[in-house]
Amino acid sequence: MAAITERVTLAHRQAPSYRGIWAWIASVDHKKIGIMYIYAALFFMAFGGAEALLVRIQLWQPNNHVVSAETFNQLFTMHGVTMIFLVAMPILIGYINAIVPLQIGARDVAFPRMNSLSLWLFVLGGLFMYTSWFMGGAPDAGWFNYVPLSGGHFSPGAGVDFYDIGLQITGIGTLMTAINFLVTILNMRAPGMRLLRMPMFTWSALITMLLILFAFPPITVNLILQMMDRLFHANFFNIPLGGNALLWQNLFWIFGHPEVYIVILPAFGIISEIIPTFSRKPLFGYESMALALSVIAFLSFMVWTHHMFADGLGPIVNTIFAITSMLIAVPTGIKIFNWLATLWGGQIRFTTANLYALSFIPLFVIGGISGVMLAMAPADLQYNDSYFVVAHFHYVLFGGTLMAALAGLYFWFPRIWGRLLSERLGRWNFWLVFVGFNVTFFPMHILGLEGMPRRISTYAPGYGWTTPNQIATIGAFILLAGMLVLLYNLISTFLRKPDLEQDPWDGRSLEWSIPSPTPEYNFAQVPLIEDRDAYWVAKRQGKELPKAEPLGPIHMPSPSLSPFFLALTIVIAGYGALLHVDWLALIALLAAFWQIGLQLVHEDHGYHVHPDVPAGGAAE
Amino acid sequence: MSAHSETTRIAIAHETSQELGLPKDHRILGIWIFLAGECAFFASLIGSYLGLHLGVAHGPTGAQIFDLPLTTVATLILLTSSLTVVLGVAAMQRRDVRGMQLWLWLTALLGLFFLEFQGYEFYTFYHGGLTLQTSAFGSAFFTLTGFHGLHVAFGVFWILLLLFQSMKHGINEDRTTKVFVMSLYWHFVDVVWVVIFTLVYLAGKVG
Repeated sequence: MAAITERVTLAHRQAPSYRGIWAWIASVDHKKIGIMYIYAALFFMAFGGAEALLVRIQLWQPNNHVVSAETFNQLFTMHGVTMIFLVAMPILIGYINAIVPLQIGARDVAFPRMNSLSLWLFVLGGLFMYTSWFMGGAPDAGWFNYVPLSGGHFSPGAGVDFYDIGLQITGIGTLMTAINFLVTILNMRAPGMRLLRMPMFTWSALITMLLILFAFPPITVNLILQMMDRLFHANFFNIPLGGNALLWQNLFWIFGHPEVYIVILPAFGIISEIIPTFSRKPLFGYESMALALSVIAFLSFMVWTHHMFADGLGPIVNTIFAITSMLIAVPTGIKIFNWLATLWGGQIRFTTANLYALSFIPLFVIGGISGVMLAMAPADLQYNDSYFVVAHFHYVLFGGTLMAALAGLYFWFPRIWGRLLSERLGRWNFWLVFVGFNVTFFPMHILGLEGMPRRISTYAPGYGWTTPNQIATIGAFILLAGMLVLLYNLISTFLRKPDLEQDPWDGRSLEWSIPSPTPEYNFAQVPLIEDRDAYWVAKRQGKELPKAEPLGPIHMPSPSLSPFFLALTIVIAGYGALLHVDWLALIALLAAFWQIGLQLVHEDHGYHVHPDVPAGGAAE
Repeated sequence: MSAHSETTRIAIAHETSQELGLPKDHRILGIWIFLAGECAFFASLIGSYLGLHLGVAHGPTGAQIFDLPLTTVATLILLTSSLTVVLGVAAMQRRDVRGMQLWLWLTALLGLFFLEFQGYEFYTFYHGGLTLQTSAFGSAFFTLTGFHGLHVAFGVFWILLLLFQSMKHGINEDRTTKVFVMSLYWHFVDVVWVVIFTLVYLAGKVG
């Protein structure tokens, strides 16, 4: 590995420099922002997990009274909201931030300061929602927050307001992430990196960002409408004055169904990187994989009513949406078979990352099959609102998304943090999580078929529900043990000296072609891409990646604190609206718009870095 | 390919990026993508309005309260502002900074006129018995047109900021992109109004 020394020189003016924690807060570097996304997601995961454990303890035996029914409602609501919005999406966006610019040979994202704003809106918006526990109670109307239950009449407390405003704040951030990465992927690919030469993870990021772009505005509108109802006594969902409760359901699921693909498509992308790497084979059916992602995204906007089969919308509507829902199984099945065909005849290495990736396939298939069962509208009336649904979506969200996220953590850890996680602890971590997951969630299929409804805070004896519930609770503690092993693995790895291995897995895509730790400018010279899996091909031919530009000064964007303060101002406006301190909300909103205005006329001259690479180049 | 020398490779790379037709500035693709998201935003608001506009409860209906001549004048003012912003951008492309500033001032002024019409309309509706709290129709009407009005107001704010910047520091390549991006936003806000005028006011008066 070539040593790189840097001289930072003045471009137009000295870039402001920050120290310690401020260096992180002001960072506009996609790698640091990615790391902060992942840290914050793991932080919120601890809370979401604790809420789930309390739910499982409460359901240990009939007529249990560990927590009250009110607290129970808050626990499962916040568990769902946390895991979807504050864990699954941010951890995937974290990987996308840390990895996608490297995979396409870019030096940063298209809008670095906006990227920082996205991060801080997510972090501060998430913390905002969590302060609800100390301010009169957390949201308690379920993660999809149906009216009229979530209306002012049945939910007079501030909990639902925290949901409405908190999700708007994090949602704006997510929307800006979508704009940022769409432009980054479309505009900033290295020369020669045509769309059909992009790594599959980047493909999944591209399609996910399109989903976010069109799915988040409907939920934003929905949250605005409910906020108008709750704070200003409008009548969108007030039936006596002409409102309509189904409006909430429609807008929510027009967002909500694409949302489940927003959290699964990047997971597909991670699996599509790991399985070829650890099979030492190219991804089977590359074009069909990219096409399948696109078809899934397209169909995902046409299935939302399958969440509303029990509404009584009539057989025609239900049939149409049942068919479109089942259609999604076709492109998904193509992906499953392509992964299996990639493994076929490969030299498979059972690293922890690959164990997680391999376990993803059967677990996701189980979730997919129960999904097709739920898509059958007449049968759905039997499963609806039972634990069968809970089992289904945990198999796709935990067995799918989280297993892939953990696979990605072990896989990209050396790239992101310059160290390898312990494989020995990794085995313990994987097997405890795998066993714990199945022990927790498989019995829920049976509970559902035996008629146990979702969201009940306790149950009477004599239904045969006690034993499966107790098995599930034991499983939850095995899961806890598995996650504690992961925590120990993370801490002990951070205490070790970095090993700084550039390419520990014999990787295929460009993120492994640069030295470790990744230089702040990523690529001293942007590579010229002549193949799919260009880096792997170059290694096999014993060559270096060709370069697309001569060595020269590299322009970097300046760090900035303004995104953080803008996000903070928006959160203050949120508190003002929520606590009915109108002057505070108004002043903070005006201050936010003023800061946005300053961003609109802002001119960042940045600074230049001169990479000083000795003969031999950066990549070896 | 290994046969290429370093300089040929760079030439090829340059050609490839030309083939891809990459635009020079990310902000232009960025604003188009943002406006695509805005389409989904207004589609959701307009869809909600269309679903609720018959829910008038005891309040007035759209047919009773809409004042078409007034709204038509407001519409013409807003559509004219799309013309003036085009003339402003055209002047900018001719490097006529004074012309650009003149047309942008006019655009901001027309935007303010539109907002004044909207303010007047809200005031008369309020005294005609239609408020946010009257009925679902009232809620949907004020929220939809109110959010459009906020978009116009933000556009005016944006234009004024760019005007002050160009008056204080002149214009350069970076600032021309800023103006162009703003003009795309301004057109979008006008186009959305055409849809609102048709579906809310015209259809409301007939139905």
